[in-house]
Amino acid sequence: MLIVNGLYKTFNAGTVNQKEALKNLSLHIEKGDFVTVIGGNGAGKSTFLNCIAGVYPPDQGCIIIDGINVTKLPEHKRAAVMGRVFQDPMMGTASDMGIEENLALAYRRGQRRGLKWGITSRERELYKSLLKTLDLGLEDRLSTKVGLLSGGQRQALTLLMAVLKKPKLLLLDEHTAALDPRTAEKVLGLTDHLVKEYNLTTLMVTHNMRDAIKHGNRLIMMHDGRIILDIRGEEKRKLTVEALINRFGRASGEDFAFDRALLS
Amino acid sequence: MVHILSGAVSLGLLWAVMTIGVYITYRILNIADLTVEGSITMGASIAAITMINGINPYVSLFLAMLGGMAAGLATGLLITRFKIPPLLSGILTMIALYSINLRIMGTSNLSLLKKKDFSEMNTVYTPFETLGLDRNWAAIVVGLLVVAALIAILYWFFGTEIGCAIRATGNNPNMVRAQGINTDTTVILGLILSNGLVAISGGLIAQSQRFADIQMGTGSIVIGLASVIIGEVLFGKNGFLKRLISLALGAVTYRVIIALVLKMGMPANDLKLFTAITVAAALALPVFKEYLLTLKKSVRAGE
Ligand SMILES: Nc1ncnc2c1ncn2[C@@H]1O[C@H](COP(=O)(O)OP(=O)(O)O)[C@@H](O)[C@H]1O
Ligand SMILES: [Mg+2]
Repeated sequence: MLIVNGLYKTFNAGTVNQKEALKNLSLHIEKGDFVTVIGGNGAGKSTFLNCIAGVYPPDQGCIIIDGINVTKLPEHKRAAVMGRVFQDPMMGTASDMGIEENLALAYRRGQRRGLKWGITSRERELYKSLLKTLDLGLEDRLSTKVGLLSGGQRQALTLLMAVLKKPKLLLLDEHTAALDPRTAEKVLGLTDHLVKEYNLTTLMVTHNMRDAIKHGNRLIMMHDGRIILDIRGEEKRKLTVEALINRFGRASGEDFAFDRALLS
Repeated sequence: MVHILSGAVSLGLLWAVMTIGVYITYRILNIADLTVEGSITMGASIAAITMINGINPYVSLFLAMLGGMAAGLATGLLITRFKIPPLLSGILTMIALYSINLRIMGTSNLSLLKKKDFSEMNTVYTPFETLGLDRNWAAIVVGLLVVAALIAILYWFFGTEIGCAIRATGNNPNMVRAQGINTDTTVILGLILSNGLVAISGGLIAQSQRFADIQMGTGSIVIGLASVIIGEVLFGKNGFLKRLISLALGAVTYRVIIALVLKMGMPANDLKLFTAITVAAALALPVFKEYLLTLKKSVRAGE
């Protein structure tokens, strides 16, 4: 489903701020895989996801989604096959527009937009029933401006918008990091539910080891622009935090002075 | 006095068309677009030169609109393709339009009293003037018709798929791209639409005052912003239809205020200073409120 080969990305090349964010990164993901991505601050996780989404082009390497080479496609063209949720709850929605208007924008992803109504009454019924499944009371507030919602509500809505068109790939970049623990738990549960229901191929970046172990069927760890661990199958199911820390130490060749945040 | 007021209202309605254009860039796209200073003059220039050459006044307005749209396209390309900051892009087009407008007119001002062949010149206001309305009232009728039609069209347009995409672009371009929309296209479309309207306004103004002048656009962005802000302050921000109507009311209110301060004896040369201060004060209002709030708090804490 997703093939990434030999990806390189350097920011501010040739200046004192030069930063090699991705160094020869390759990854193959099967259809239906739910891959959790973990790694310390600055490991290159967001850069990796942004390259897949086309926010910026990689310096080298190629990205193939479902047999189509998208490496040179601009962001808005790739969006047709991708759903994304970001760390910042502000990022994923238009705050001055209503809940239903945001959903309607997402509902037309990958279609030509013309002079037809931006939202129809039939869609409203669909949105109502979908919002009901979130169990946040949003189904009665279709025209409420998204700017008035809480961070958790916005992330849940963004998640719904991301999966609305059954994307080939779902990219989640620490989408619960800005939420309080209880809300984060809820949004993660919703994520699991939606991924299963739509049978989505998913890449989920998280800063939390426990979450990375608990969710998905495969775990990769990034460090310094590379993938240093790739754990799947039976091994992934049996994985513990201690085992993961041990393996990180061996794989990175570094003393374990790991981000405490990863353990929280 | 009645004559002064009807003059102010008619001018306000003609400028309302321009105000709606400014609203599209400033509030919807979140861009302060200075192109308008050139495109309003461009509208006037095109309307004037075509009418002098015997073209029907309605057709001349249409041609004016096309000119303004081209100006908007130019700025849009500078912003999106060449990544020049919006403010600077607008300034560049505005400066270029100064020369272009001089070329269009061939001189720095044109009178619209007689055609080239010395026959009487008709304007879009003539049919209403022949009904017995004076110049101001004819302009008010035409202005009302145009503004009402525009409000209806824009209300529809910004409810369509493309219109929604444009609105979202000013709000959160990242999200819009993630939803598969080319934000370059939506920005360009918004600028084309806005400057097309501004040029129509320029054409309407030229036909009404029966001349076009290379200087008429100077400061027009501030007048547009003043009208947008007055509309918001006086008539609220809720509901898109109400906002569109408030733009027209804001433009008229601005002209009435100006007419009144002139009547009270303010020299006409100070007009732009007065307008600039008004707009600056209105834009500074949130900061003032914040300041007063913290002041209140600290006074209370000091008690
Ligand atoms: N747009 C950018 N410009 C310059 N440097 C960047 C940019 N984005 C990321 N970086 C740098 O690249 C490295 C990897 O960043 P990122 O992918 O955001 O890490 P992570 O998401 O794993 O925390 C960091 O050192 C970061 O400072
Ligand atoms: Mg990150």
